Amino acid sequence: MEHDTALDTFPKLLHSHVKLRPDQDAIREKALGIWQSWSWAEAATEIRALACGLASLGLKRSEKLAIIGDNRPRLYWSMTAAQALGAVPVPLYQDAVADEMAYVLDNADVKIALVEDQEQVDKMLEIRDRCPKLEHIIFDDTRGLRHYEQDFLHDYEKIQQLGVEFDHDQPDFYDQEVAAGSADETSIMLYTSGTTGHPKGVMLSNNNVIITARNGIIREGLTSQEEVLAYLPMAWVGDNLFSYAQSYVAGFCVSCPEDATTVASDLREIGPTYYFAPPRVYENMLTQVMIRMEDAAKIKRDIFSYFMEHARKVGVKILNRESVSLKDSLLYKLGNILVYGPLKDVLGLRRTRLAYTAGEAIGPEIFDFYRSLGINIKQLYGQTECMVFICVQPDGEVFADTVGTPAIDVEIKIDDNGEIMYRSPGVFQSYYKNPESTASTKTEDGWVHTGDAGFFDDKNGHLKIIDRAKDVGKLNDGTLFAPKYIENKLKFFSFIKEAVVYGNERDFSTAFINIDLDAVGNWAERRNMAYSGYIDLAGQDEIYQLIKDCIDKVNQDLSQDSRLGNSQIRRFLILHKELDADDGELTRTRKVRRNFVGDRYDILVDALYSDRNQCHVETQVTFEDGRTGMLEADINIWDAAIYPVSAVTQDAAA
Amino acid sequence: MIEHKIGGEMLKVENISLSFGIMKVLDDISFDIKRGEIRSIIGPNGAGKSSMLNVINGFYHPQQGSITFKGETRKQMAPHVAASHGIARTFQNIALFKGMSTLDNIMTGRNLKMKTNLFWQALHIGPARTEELENREAAERIIDFLDIQAIRKKPVGKLPYGLQKRVELGRALAAEPELLLLDEPMAGMNSEEKEDMCRFVLDVNSEFGTTIALIEHDMAVVMDLSDRVLVLDYGKQLADGLPDEVRNNQTVIDAYLGIPHEQD
Repeated sequence: MEHDTALDTFPKLLHSHVKLRPDQDAIREKALGIWQSWSWAEAATEIRALACGLASLGLKRSEKLAIIGDNRPRLYWSMTAAQALGAVPVPLYQDAVADEMAYVLDNADVKIALVEDQEQVDKMLEIRDRCPKLEHIIFDDTRGLRHYEQDFLHDYEKIQQLGVEFDHDQPDFYDQEVAAGSADETSIMLYTSGTTGHPKGVMLSNNNVIITARNGIIREGLTSQEEVLAYLPMAWVGDNLFSYAQSYVAGFCVSCPEDATTVASDLREIGPTYYFAPPRVYENMLTQVMIRMEDAAKIKRDIFSYFMEHARKVGVKILNRESVSLKDSLLYKLGNILVYGPLKDVLGLRRTRLAYTAGEAIGPEIFDFYRSLGINIKQLYGQTECMVFICVQPDGEVFADTVGTPAIDVEIKIDDNGEIMYRSPGVFQSYYKNPESTASTKTEDGWVHTGDAGFFDDKNGHLKIIDRAKDVGKLNDGTLFAPKYIENKLKFFSFIKEAVVYGNERDFSTAFINIDLDAVGNWAERRNMAYSGYIDLAGQDEIYQLIKDCIDKVNQDLSQDSRLGNSQIRRFLILHKELDADDGELTRTRKVRRNFVGDRYDILVDALYSDRNQCHVETQVTFEDGRTGMLEADINIWDAAIYPVSAVTQDAAA
Repeated sequence: MIEHKIGGEMLKVENISLSFGIMKVLDDISFDIKRGEIRSIIGPNGAGKSSMLNVINGFYHPQQGSITFKGETRKQMAPHVAASHGIARTFQNIALFKGMSTLDNIMTGRNLKMKTNLFWQALHIGPARTEELENREAAERIIDFLDIQAIRKKPVGKLPYGLQKRVELGRALAAEPELLLLDEPMAGMNSEEKEDMCRFVLDVNSEFGTTIALIEHDMAVVMDLSDRVLVLDYGKQLADGLPDEVRNNQTVIDAYLGIPHEQD
């Protein structure tokens, strides 16, 4: 699939599909319980009428059209309609409150907002006086809007009628506007949430979007026969890539769910071949399956657990096309008939050839569950600033802790401070009206700062993301110190609830541990150990040994890596109290405030870096009713096992 | 905004009295309901509100008085006659077919719209088939309207209470009524469910122009939704008027605050 320069905008791609596959379904939507579909030719007619209607409202080149609502064919068409006029679609998160929308609408200089329903219209009316540039509001669903009489409010169908008349009067207008579109024009503007400050409008050119979409299609061998369910917010770059750009480039059909609440059953009916979901969706699906299995009859439960055990053993190998014994292979085939197939069918993933996940770390056991069923789920690493793709896991080389190899045409380098930087044809034009942020994110020769720290794994050459770059430090010997990376490894053990790791500008790493009272308490009870509460349990030698075993495993894991090997945890202690948001030790979203904890327990940190084996500590605690009290304890300090750091090896980790 | 759509008199109730043995449930009640309005009936427990609705849709037969519906005056009307004349209702205690799906329950509301006979329906060919498709579409429009797509195929008995109430409203709407009687549509709901239900009641009224008579206990809801409010207490008519008038009526306040009644 060569990059065809004649097809450098979405309206042009649309017309190529009208020629190539006019009667093939372009988009579907479930309405009144039935899947309604529109062929490429029908979609093109709808889009043409809408584009002319928008033109008759005065939308011109480079002006902005906001799009707000659930995934609906009409909203996707409005993107192409705007692009046909050279205008820029700006999709917004539909569940944002009016205030958040006001900022984006104003910042983006939105002229027309095309929204789904009354709920969104009400928000627009609420903020209209704060967005003086917003001239018109078009709504798709008329329900509840019968008595709205403002003259700047328009029914979608009326605008299309206007468009048909406009087209009749100026029959060459639409084709001329489409022909005037170019590769370097802004194709779409997507706002990134940004953890601090206001959201920023990422401007992506037609080339950015189309070349990246095409590269993704080439790498995964996608065709015009894929089935995709568009259910993630239209304002999110991933939806724009998977449900819009790649559909237009490859020519496959996209289906819109009936309602946000029916996604699971719609997924099952459509049976997508190409699917994206954030980790929590996969987690929820797995939980649902497990809950339903609990309720199943014993014989079903037994069959399920027998075959799932077998899948765990050989499923991933079979997916990776590694050789397994004949017996295992036959048993897996039987399992496929009895368990895996029906299960995938219930999940709606029976036909799925390619499933992506991204956004946050996915638990290895969840990842392996799906892969062992034969679903090719892979992680990718991406950003809005480059139209998603930075790294993708290649088929057969999928590891839970890496994000794969660079996508096609993507160059990656690791900055001196460990920050990942990339350059690709997808790299955005600029942040809208924000030259300072553009300059601090994108260098003059096109490299983009990701803000993430990482490195290429010695073993397999895959990129590994370890932490936000600003949190990564160095030990005195220069070893990379990525506290969150180590803490997350520790927290994968059920016995460890929280971990706080120190080591920046020190000689070695140390850790505070919070045990998980439920898990450790349960463990202790099964061994008939007596304890009176957290503080008592946390001080016992058996528990120290239990935690030491966990830390030793993490150290062993770290030692496999030449860059992080020296940051193995040398000494640790188990805190005498649970870290608590009421004491300011955690944020309200339960993230550890590492520096605050370090200051609060500075004598413990000092003790970890001395040769003492015990430390006395007095701590003021806040009870739930707001009273305070003092907590006193003698805390033991233990040494963990340190493993020799391996040089670069090609052996797979055990 | 609501004012302009209210038309002429749709239903007139004159001097209705209803007794069960020596128990006088309704005593000389007269009021009217205008086309397109939302008319609330309020009152303490046992005031006779549900009995009033039962009289309107022909379930109870009053000993005295008359009812004029769409210009036709009659002393009593059988429920199926009321239904075929465009009166539909929901019940205080949900009266759905628990083992049937949401869709099937709503389809039963289309019963009166079905014209083909059992023979065609059993064969499911010809006119019966066309008719079923039409009715299915009507049911689907209601499902869409009430936002219950996700429970379309779920047995109603397994749904939470608030959703069952919504399905019941759906079944009443399926009959495309001109007058919709709602008996405590929001009882037992949390505030979010109430808000949704209020939205639906208003939407039914404004989208389909359906006239609504509503019994409700939540005063905030009543005052917000209603065009006019009728107040009953121990079978007697205490007040009748705009929400504001009723709110400030001393007798009504007394009844609600529990001033002891004189023994008749």
